[in-house]
Amino acid sequence: MINTDICIIGAGPVGLFAVFEAGLLKMRCHLVDVLPQIGGQLSEIYPKKPIYDIPGFPAINAGELVENLRAQIEPFKPTFTLGEKVSSLDRSDDGTFTLGTTDGSTIQCRVVVIAGGLGCFEPRKPELENIEHFEGKGVVYMVKDPETFRDKKLIIAGGGDSALDWTIHLADIAKHVTLIHRNEAFRGAPDSAEKVAALAQSGRISLLLNTNIHAIQGNGVMKSISCVGREKQVTELEADFLIPLFGLSPKLGPIADWGLSMDKQAILVNTLDYSTNIEGVYAIGDINTYPGKLKLILCGFHEAALMAQSAFKFVYPKQKLSFKYTTVNGVNAF
Amino acid sequence: MDGMITFHVEDHTGSVQLVEIPEGITLSLMEVLKASEFPIPATCGGMALCATCHVEVKNGLDSLPPPTDAELDMIDTLPNATNFSRLACQIPVTGDIENALFVLKGSEQ
Repeated sequence: MINTDICIIGAGPVGLFAVFEAGLLKMRCHLVDVLPQIGGQLSEIYPKKPIYDIPGFPAINAGELVENLRAQIEPFKPTFTLGEKVSSLDRSDDGTFTLGTTDGSTIQCRVVVIAGGLGCFEPRKPELENIEHFEGKGVVYMVKDPETFRDKKLIIAGGGDSALDWTIHLADIAKHVTLIHRNEAFRGAPDSAEKVAALAQSGRISLLLNTNIHAIQGNGVMKSISCVGREKQVTELEADFLIPLFGLSPKLGPIADWGLSMDKQAILVNTLDYSTNIEGVYAIGDINTYPGKLKLILCGFHEAALMAQSAFKFVYPKQKLSFKYTTVNGVNAF
Repeated sequence: MDGMITFHVEDHTGSVQLVEIPEGITLSLMEVLKASEFPIPATCGGMALCATCHVEVKNGLDSLPPPTDAELDMIDTLPNATNFSRLACQIPVTGDIENALFVLKGSEQ
Protein backbone atom coordinates (compact mmCIF):
# COMPACT_ATOMS: atom_id res chain seq x y z
CA MET A 1 0.00 0.00 0.00
CA ILE A 2 1.35 3.38 -1.07
CA ASN A 3 0.43 6.39 1.06
CA THR A 4 0.59 9.90 -0.35
CA ASP A 5 -1.11 13.29 -0.28
CA ILE A 6 -2.08 13.43 -3.96
CA CYS A 7 -2.38 10.57 -6.40
CA ILE A 8 -2.07 11.75 -9.99
CA ILE A 9 -3.48 9.48 -12.67
CA GLY A 10 -1.43 10.09 -15.81
CA ALA A 11 2.26 10.99 -16.01
CA GLY A 12 2.06 13.20 -19.10
CA PRO A 13 3.34 16.79 -19.07
CA VAL A 14 0.38 18.14 -17.09
CA GLY A 15 0.49 15.35 -14.49
CA LEU A 16 4.23 15.92 -14.09
CA PHE A 17 3.87 19.68 -13.66
CA ALA A 18 1.12 19.12 -11.08
CA VAL A 19 3.84 17.54 -8.89
CA PHE A 20 5.71 20.85 -8.98
CA GLU A 21 2.71 22.98 -8.08
CA ALA A 22 1.74 20.55 -5.30
CA GLY A 23 5.32 20.41 -4.09
CA LEU A 24 5.51 24.17 -3.63
CA LEU A 25 2.63 23.73 -1.18
CA LYS A 26 4.40 20.82 0.54
CA MET A 27 2.07 18.16 -0.80
CA ARG A 28 3.61 14.82 -1.84
CA CYS A 29 2.56 13.13 -5.07
CA HIS A 30 2.43 9.63 -6.47
CA LEU A 31 1.85 9.17 -10.20
CA VAL A 32 0.32 6.17 -11.95
CA ASP A 33 0.52 5.65 -15.70
CA VAL A 34 -0.44 2.77 -17.94
CA LEU A 35 2.64 3.37 -20.10
CA PRO A 36 5.98 2.01 -18.93
CA GLN A 37 7.60 5.46 -19.19
CA ILE A 38 6.66 9.01 -18.14
CA GLY A 39 5.64 11.71 -20.62
CA GLY A 40 2.31 10.40 -21.96
CA GLN A 41 1.65 11.23 -25.62
CA LEU A 42 4.86 13.25 -25.78
CA SER A 43 6.96 10.14 -25.16
CA GLU A 44 4.67 7.59 -26.80
CA ILE A 45 3.55 9.39 -29.95
CA TYR A 46 5.84 12.28 -30.83
CA PRO A 47 9.07 12.40 -28.77
CA LYS A 48 11.08 13.87 -31.66
CA LYS A 49 8.55 16.54 -32.69
CA PRO A 50 9.19 20.17 -31.79
CA ILE A 51 6.53 22.05 -29.80
CA TYR A 52 6.38 25.81 -30.39
CA ASP A 53 3.87 27.07 -27.83
CA ILE A 54 5.56 26.36 -24.51
CA PRO A 55 6.13 29.78 -22.94
CA GLY A 56 9.82 30.63 -22.79
CA PHE A 57 10.83 27.99 -25.33
CA PRO A 58 10.78 29.15 -28.99
CA ALA A 59 10.93 25.44 -29.86
CA ILE A 60 11.42 22.36 -27.74
CA ASN A 61 11.28 18.68 -28.66
CA ALA A 62 8.52 16.79 -26.86
CA GLY A 63 11.01 14.34 -25.35
CA GLU A 64 13.18 17.18 -24.11
CA LEU A 65 10.19 18.88 -22.47
CA VAL A 66 9.43 15.66 -20.60
CA GLU A 67 13.05 15.44 -19.44
CA ASN A 68 12.95 19.07 -18.27
CA LEU A 69 9.72 18.46 -16.35
CA ARG A 70 11.27 15.40 -14.72
CA ALA A 71 14.22 17.52 -13.58
CA GLN A 72 11.91 20.33 -12.44
CA ILE A 73 9.88 18.05 -10.14
CA GLU A 74 12.88 16.10 -8.85
CA PRO A 75 13.16 18.24 -5.63
CA PHE A 76 9.69 17.04 -4.62
CA LYS A 77 10.60 13.33 -4.80
CA PRO A 78 7.52 12.06 -6.66
CA THR A 79 6.96 8.31 -6.67
CA PHE A 80 5.68 6.33 -9.64
CA THR A 81 3.69 3.24 -10.53
CA LEU A 82 4.33 2.81 -14.25
CA GLY A 83 2.91 0.22 -16.63
CA GLU A 84 -0.24 -0.20 -14.56
CA LYS A 85 -3.78 1.01 -15.16
CA VAL A 86 -5.89 2.47 -12.33
CA SER A 87 -9.03 0.36 -12.30
CA SER A 88 -10.88 1.41 -9.15
CA LEU A 89 -11.48 4.54 -7.08
CA ASP A 90 -13.10 4.30 -3.63
CA ARG A 91 -13.74 7.06 -1.13
CA SER A 92 -14.02 6.23 2.57
CA ASP A 93 -16.14 8.13 5.09
CA ASP A 94 -13.17 10.11 6.39
CA GLY A 95 -12.59 11.48 2.87
CA THR A 96 -9.49 9.44 1.97
CA PHE A 97 -9.35 7.72 -1.37
CA THR A 98 -8.10 4.26 -2.24
CA LEU A 99 -7.09 3.55 -5.81
CA GLY A 100 -6.47 0.08 -7.15
CA THR A 101 -4.58 -0.88 -10.29
CA THR A 102 -5.11 -3.78 -12.65
CA ASP A 103 -1.84 -5.27 -11.38
CA GLY A 104 -2.93 -5.20 -7.74
CA SER A 105 -1.17 -2.06 -6.47
CA THR A 106 -3.14 0.11 -4.05
CA ILE A 107 -2.63 3.78 -3.34
CA GLN A 108 -4.17 5.72 -0.47
CA CYS A 109 -4.40 9.52 -0.71
CA ARG A 110 -6.32 12.63 0.32
CA VAL A 111 -6.71 14.02 -3.20
CA VAL A 112 -7.02 12.42 -6.64
CA VAL A 113 -5.94 14.35 -9.73
CA ILE A 114 -6.96 12.85 -13.07
CA ALA A 115 -4.49 14.03 -15.69
CA GLY A 116 -5.24 11.18 -18.03
CA GLY A 117 -5.03 13.00 -21.36
CA LEU A 118 -7.15 11.11 -23.86
CA GLY A 119 -7.25 8.01 -21.68
CA CYS A 120 -5.16 4.88 -21.38
CA PHE A 121 -3.00 3.86 -24.28
CA GLU A 122 -4.21 0.41 -25.22
CA PRO A 123 -3.06 -1.94 -27.97
CA ARG A 124 -4.89 -1.63 -31.28
CA LYS A 125 -6.70 -4.90 -31.78
CA PRO A 126 -7.28 -6.64 -35.09
CA GLU A 127 -10.93 -6.89 -36.06
CA LEU A 128 -11.36 -10.61 -35.60
CA GLU A 129 -14.49 -12.33 -34.43
CA ASN A 130 -14.15 -13.76 -30.90
CA ILE A 131 -10.65 -12.37 -30.38
CA GLU A 132 -11.71 -11.27 -26.86
CA HIS A 133 -12.38 -14.93 -25.96
CA PHE A 134 -8.76 -15.80 -26.64
CA GLU A 135 -7.14 -12.81 -24.91
CA GLY A 136 -4.77 -14.22 -22.30
CA LYS A 137 -5.50 -17.69 -23.72
CA GLY A 138 -3.10 -17.54 -26.60
CA VAL A 139 -3.62 -13.96 -27.75
CA VAL A 140 -1.32 -11.41 -26.09
CA TYR A 141 -0.85 -7.80 -27.16
CA MET A 142 2.37 -7.04 -25.29
CA VAL A 143 5.60 -8.86 -24.69
CA LYS A 144 6.21 -8.38 -20.97
CA ASP A 145 8.54 -11.31 -20.31
CA PRO A 146 10.11 -12.92 -23.40
CA GLU A 147 10.68 -16.12 -21.36
CA THR A 148 6.92 -16.76 -21.54
CA PHE A 149 7.52 -17.70 -25.16
CA ARG A 150 10.48 -20.04 -24.71
CA ASP A 151 10.12 -23.13 -26.96
CA LYS A 152 6.61 -22.05 -28.04
CA LYS A 153 5.20 -21.59 -31.52
CA LEU A 154 4.43 -17.91 -32.10
CA ILE A 155 2.64 -15.90 -34.71
CA ILE A 156 3.45 -12.20 -34.71
CA ALA A 157 1.21 -9.89 -36.76
CA GLY A 158 2.07 -6.36 -37.78
CA GLY A 159 4.36 -4.31 -39.98
CA GLY A 160 5.82 -1.66 -37.70
CA ASP A 161 9.07 -1.49 -35.76
CA SER A 162 7.78 -3.38 -32.74
CA ALA A 163 6.64 -6.33 -34.90
CA LEU A 164 10.07 -6.44 -36.56
CA ASP A 165 12.03 -6.00 -33.33
CA TRP A 166 10.12 -8.67 -31.42
CA THR A 167 10.36 -11.10 -34.34
CA ILE A 168 14.15 -10.72 -34.29
CA HIS A 169 14.37 -10.99 -30.50
CA LEU A 170 11.96 -13.91 -30.09
CA ALA A 171 13.44 -15.88 -33.01
CA ASP A 172 16.18 -17.01 -30.60
CA ILE A 173 13.82 -17.89 -27.76
CA ALA A 174 10.72 -19.40 -29.36
CA LYS A 175 10.48 -22.79 -31.02
CA HIS A 176 9.24 -21.08 -34.16
CA VAL A 177 8.14 -17.59 -35.15
CA THR A 178 5.86 -16.71 -38.06
CA LEU A 179 5.57 -13.04 -38.95
CA ILE A 180 2.43 -12.01 -40.83
CA HIS A 181 2.17 -8.65 -42.56
CA ARG A 182 -0.58 -7.29 -44.81
CA ASN A 183 1.81 -5.53 -47.16
CA GLU A 184 4.54 -6.84 -49.46
CA ALA A 185 7.34 -4.90 -47.75
CA PHE A 186 8.15 -3.39 -44.38
CA ARG A 187 8.30 0.35 -43.86
CA GLY A 188 9.93 0.01 -40.43
CA ALA A 189 13.65 0.58 -39.73
CA PRO A 190 15.54 -0.73 -42.81
CA ASP A 191 18.15 -2.64 -40.77
CA SER A 192 15.43 -4.45 -38.81
CA ALA A 193 13.61 -5.27 -42.05
CA GLU A 194 16.87 -6.66 -43.49
CA LYS A 195 17.46 -8.81 -40.41
CA VAL A 196 13.94 -10.22 -40.63
CA ALA A 197 14.44 -10.99 -44.33
CA ALA A 198 17.71 -12.77 -43.52
CA LEU A 199 16.06 -14.80 -40.74
CA ALA A 200 13.34 -15.82 -43.18
CA GLN A 201 15.83 -16.78 -45.86
CA SER A 202 17.78 -18.98 -43.48
CA GLY A 203 14.55 -20.67 -42.40
CA ARG A 204 14.80 -19.52 -38.78
CA ILE A 205 11.42 -17.79 -39.08
CA SER A 206 8.51 -17.95 -41.51
CA LEU A 207 7.50 -14.75 -43.21
CA LEU A 208 4.02 -14.36 -44.71
CA LEU A 209 3.66 -11.12 -46.67
CA ASN A 210 0.51 -9.82 -48.38
CA THR A 211 -1.34 -11.81 -45.78
CA ASN A 212 -4.13 -10.96 -43.35
CA ILE A 213 -5.33 -12.93 -40.35
CA HIS A 214 -8.90 -13.86 -40.87
CA ALA A 215 -9.94 -16.10 -37.95
CA ILE A 216 -8.76 -17.67 -34.71
CA GLN A 217 -9.64 -21.26 -33.88
CA GLY A 218 -9.58 -23.04 -30.57
CA ASN A 219 -11.71 -24.46 -27.83
CA GLY A 220 -11.23 -22.10 -24.89
CA VAL A 221 -7.54 -21.81 -25.73
CA MET A 222 -6.19 -20.69 -29.10
CA LYS A 223 -5.05 -23.63 -31.26
CA SER A 224 -4.55 -22.10 -34.66
CA ILE A 225 -5.25 -19.13 -36.89
CA SER A 226 -6.39 -18.90 -40.49
CA CYS A 227 -4.92 -16.32 -42.76
CA VAL A 228 -5.66 -15.18 -46.26
CA GLY A 229 -2.98 -14.45 -48.84
CA ARG A 230 -2.98 -12.24 -51.90
CA GLU A 231 -4.53 -14.92 -54.11
CA LYS A 232 -7.28 -15.37 -51.47
CA GLN A 233 -5.84 -18.73 -50.50
CA VAL A 234 -6.57 -19.64 -46.86
CA THR A 235 -3.82 -21.17 -44.74
CA GLU A 236 -4.27 -22.59 -41.26
CA LEU A 237 -1.32 -22.22 -38.89
CA GLU A 238 -1.04 -23.94 -35.52
CA ALA A 239 0.48 -21.84 -32.75
CA ASP A 240 0.64 -21.44 -28.99
CA PHE A 241 0.54 -17.65 -29.13
CA LEU A 242 -0.69 -14.92 -31.45
CA ILE A 243 0.98 -11.56 -30.76
CA PRO A 244 -0.75 -8.74 -32.70
CA LEU A 245 1.53 -5.68 -32.65
CA PHE A 246 -0.33 -2.79 -34.21
CA GLY A 247 0.70 0.07 -31.94
CA LEU A 248 -1.23 1.82 -29.19
CA SER A 249 -4.30 4.00 -29.25
CA PRO A 250 -5.95 5.94 -26.39
CA LYS A 251 -9.19 4.73 -24.78
CA LEU A 252 -10.93 6.42 -21.85
CA GLY A 253 -10.99 3.18 -19.85
CA PRO A 254 -12.28 2.65 -16.28
CA ILE A 255 -12.49 6.40 -15.51
CA ALA A 256 -15.86 6.41 -17.28
CA ASP A 257 -17.35 4.24 -14.49
CA TRP A 258 -16.43 6.33 -11.45
CA GLY A 259 -19.55 8.49 -11.27
CA LEU A 260 -17.86 11.59 -12.67
CA SER A 261 -19.93 14.06 -14.67
CA MET A 262 -18.81 13.67 -18.26
CA ASP A 263 -19.38 15.33 -21.59
CA LYS A 264 -18.30 13.39 -24.68
CA GLN A 265 -15.42 11.38 -23.18
CA ALA A 266 -14.18 14.35 -21.12
CA ILE A 267 -14.65 15.14 -17.41
CA LEU A 268 -16.68 18.24 -16.59
CA VAL A 269 -14.87 20.54 -14.16
CA ASN A 270 -15.44 23.80 -12.34
CA THR A 271 -12.99 26.35 -13.77
CA LEU A 272 -12.60 27.89 -10.32
CA ASP A 273 -10.22 25.09 -9.36
CA TYR A 274 -10.70 22.28 -11.91
CA SER A 275 -12.60 20.19 -9.38
CA THR A 276 -15.00 17.48 -10.56
CA ASN A 277 -18.41 16.64 -9.11
CA ILE A 278 -16.69 14.31 -6.59
CA GLU A 279 -15.17 16.27 -3.69
CA GLY A 280 -11.40 15.79 -3.58
CA VAL A 281 -11.17 14.64 -7.21
CA TYR A 282 -9.77 17.07 -9.79
CA ALA A 283 -9.30 16.71 -13.55
CA ILE A 284 -6.67 18.69 -15.45
CA GLY A 285 -5.25 18.71 -18.97
CA ASP A 286 -6.77 17.14 -22.08
CA ILE A 287 -9.13 14.89 -20.09
CA ASN A 288 -11.29 17.73 -18.74
CA THR A 289 -13.75 20.01 -20.45
CA TYR A 290 -15.38 23.36 -19.72
CA PRO A 291 -16.68 26.27 -21.80
CA GLY A 292 -13.75 27.60 -23.81
CA LYS A 293 -11.50 24.57 -23.18
CA LEU A 294 -8.33 24.45 -25.28
CA LYS A 295 -6.36 21.23 -25.36
CA LEU A 296 -2.95 22.81 -24.95
CA ILE A 297 -0.11 21.82 -22.65
CA LEU A 298 0.18 25.39 -21.42
CA CYS A 299 -3.51 25.43 -20.43
CA GLY A 300 -2.96 22.17 -18.52
CA PHE A 301 -0.07 23.78 -16.63
CA HIS A 302 -2.34 26.65 -15.56
CA GLU A 303 -5.01 24.18 -14.48
CA ALA A 304 -2.42 22.31 -12.39
CA ALA A 305 -1.49 25.50 -10.50
CA LEU A 306 -5.09 26.34 -9.61
CA MET A 307 -5.86 22.73 -8.71
CA ALA A 308 -2.98 22.64 -6.22
CA GLN A 309 -4.19 25.77 -4.42
CA SER A 310 -7.60 24.17 -4.01
CA ALA A 311 -6.33 20.69 -3.10
CA PHE A 312 -4.37 22.16 -0.17
CA LYS A 313 -7.51 22.30 2.00
CA PHE A 314 -7.93 18.52 1.78
CA VAL A 315 -4.29 17.78 2.65
CA TYR A 316 -3.87 20.44 5.36
CA PRO A 317 -7.43 21.16 6.56
CA LYS A 318 -6.23 23.12 9.60
CA GLN A 319 -3.75 25.40 7.81
CA LYS A 320 -4.33 28.66 6.05
CA LEU A 321 -2.75 28.90 2.62
CA SER A 322 -0.75 31.98 1.71
CA PHE A 323 0.47 32.28 -1.85
CA LYS A 324 4.23 32.78 -2.33
CA TYR A 325 6.27 33.36 -5.50
CA THR A 326 9.18 31.02 -6.23
CA THR A 327 11.29 34.17 -6.75
CA VAL A 328 10.71 35.03 -3.09
CA ASN A 329 10.66 31.60 -1.54
CA GLY A 330 12.72 29.48 -3.92
CA VAL A 331 11.95 25.81 -4.33
CA ASN A 332 12.18 24.05 -1.01
CA ALA A 333 12.97 20.43 -1.70
CA PHE A 334 11.50 17.62 0.40
CA MET B 1 -15.39 31.29 -52.28
CA ASP B 2 -18.75 30.82 -54.02
CA GLY B 3 -18.97 27.07 -54.45
CA MET B 4 -19.43 24.28 -51.98
CA ILE B 5 -17.49 21.04 -51.67
CA THR B 6 -19.71 18.06 -50.92
CA PHE B 7 -18.70 14.61 -49.82
CA HIS B 8 -20.07 11.68 -47.84
CA VAL B 9 -18.98 10.18 -44.53
CA GLU B 10 -19.97 6.75 -43.26
CA ASP B 11 -19.65 6.45 -39.47
CA HIS B 12 -19.04 3.38 -37.30
CA THR B 13 -22.74 2.48 -37.31
CA GLY B 14 -22.82 2.38 -41.11
CA SER B 15 -24.96 5.48 -41.53
CA VAL B 16 -23.89 7.85 -44.30
CA GLN B 17 -24.04 11.63 -43.97
CA LEU B 18 -23.58 14.33 -46.56
CA VAL B 19 -21.08 17.02 -45.56
CA GLU B 20 -20.96 20.40 -47.27
CA ILE B 21 -18.02 22.77 -46.85
CA PRO B 22 -17.46 26.12 -48.53
CA GLU B 23 -14.62 26.15 -51.08
CA GLY B 24 -11.41 27.94 -50.20
CA ILE B 25 -10.99 26.91 -46.57
CA THR B 26 -7.58 25.72 -45.48
CA LEU B 27 -8.54 22.79 -43.30
CA SER B 28 -7.72 19.13 -43.41
CA LEU B 29 -10.44 16.53 -43.71
CA MET B 30 -9.71 15.55 -40.07
CA GLU B 31 -10.38 19.11 -38.91
CA VAL B 32 -13.61 19.28 -40.86
CA LEU B 33 -14.78 15.89 -39.53
CA LYS B 34 -13.99 16.96 -35.96
CA ALA B 35 -15.79 20.26 -36.40
CA SER B 36 -18.77 18.34 -37.81
CA GLU B 37 -18.83 16.32 -34.54
CA PHE B 38 -17.77 13.00 -35.98
CA PRO B 39 -16.17 10.90 -33.21
CA ILE B 40 -12.49 11.38 -34.05
CA PRO B 41 -10.09 11.96 -31.13
CA ALA B 42 -7.26 13.27 -33.40
CA THR B 43 -4.85 12.63 -30.54
CA CYS B 44 -1.76 13.89 -32.32
CA GLY B 45 -3.48 16.95 -33.76
CA GLY B 46 -2.64 16.22 -37.39
CA MET B 47 0.92 14.88 -37.44
CA ALA B 48 0.05 11.50 -39.00
CA LEU B 49 1.15 9.86 -35.76
CA CYS B 50 -1.91 8.47 -33.98
CA ALA B 51 -4.13 7.17 -36.80
CA THR B 52 -7.31 7.96 -34.90
CA CYS B 53 -8.50 9.74 -38.08
CA HIS B 54 -7.99 6.63 -40.24
CA VAL B 55 -10.54 6.55 -43.08
CA GLU B 56 -11.17 4.18 -45.93
CA VAL B 57 -11.80 6.01 -49.17
CA LYS B 58 -14.59 4.05 -50.84
CA ASN B 59 -15.06 6.50 -53.64
CA GLY B 60 -12.60 9.04 -55.00
CA LEU B 61 -9.23 7.64 -53.83
CA ASP B 62 -7.52 8.35 -57.14
CA SER B 63 -8.41 12.06 -57.07
CA LEU B 64 -6.63 12.64 -53.76
CA PRO B 65 -3.09 13.97 -53.50
CA PRO B 66 -0.75 11.02 -52.92
CA PRO B 67 0.18 10.05 -49.34
CA THR B 68 3.55 11.06 -47.89
CA ASP B 69 6.01 8.51 -46.51
CA ALA B 70 5.02 9.46 -42.96
CA GLU B 71 1.37 8.72 -43.72
CA LEU B 72 2.18 5.39 -45.40
CA ASP B 73 4.42 4.40 -42.48
CA MET B 74 1.59 5.00 -40.02
CA ILE B 75 -1.06 3.24 -42.12
CA ASP B 76 1.24 0.27 -42.45
CA THR B 77 1.15 -0.36 -38.69
CA LEU B 78 -2.66 -0.49 -38.46
CA PRO B 79 -4.54 -3.76 -37.97
CA ASN B 80 -7.48 -2.73 -40.16
CA ALA B 81 -5.66 -0.95 -42.98
CA THR B 82 -6.62 -1.71 -46.56
CA ASN B 83 -5.38 -0.52 -49.93
CA PHE B 84 -7.98 2.26 -49.65
CA SER B 85 -6.75 3.56 -46.28
CA ARG B 86 -5.77 7.19 -45.72
CA LEU B 87 -5.35 9.48 -42.70
CA ALA B 88 -7.92 12.29 -42.80
CA CYS B 89 -5.44 14.72 -41.24
CA GLN B 90 -3.28 14.47 -44.37
CA ILE B 91 -6.09 15.16 -46.84
CA PRO B 92 -6.68 18.85 -47.60
CA VAL B 93 -10.31 19.79 -48.13
CA THR B 94 -10.35 20.94 -51.74
CA GLY B 95 -12.29 20.17 -54.89
CA ASP B 96 -10.30 16.90 -55.04
CA ILE B 97 -12.65 15.33 -52.50
CA GLU B 98 -15.88 16.34 -54.29
CA ASN B 99 -18.31 13.39 -54.16
CA ALA B 100 -15.84 11.18 -52.27
CA LEU B 101 -17.06 8.65 -49.69
CA PHE B 102 -14.99 8.31 -46.51
CA VAL B 103 -15.60 5.47 -44.06
CA LEU B 104 -14.42 6.15 -40.50
CA LYS B 105 -12.02 3.43 -39.36
CA GLY B 106 -10.32 5.11 -36.38
CA SER B 107 -10.17 3.84 -32.83
CA GLU B 108 -13.38 5.36 -31.52
CA GLN B 109 -16.03 2.74 -30.75
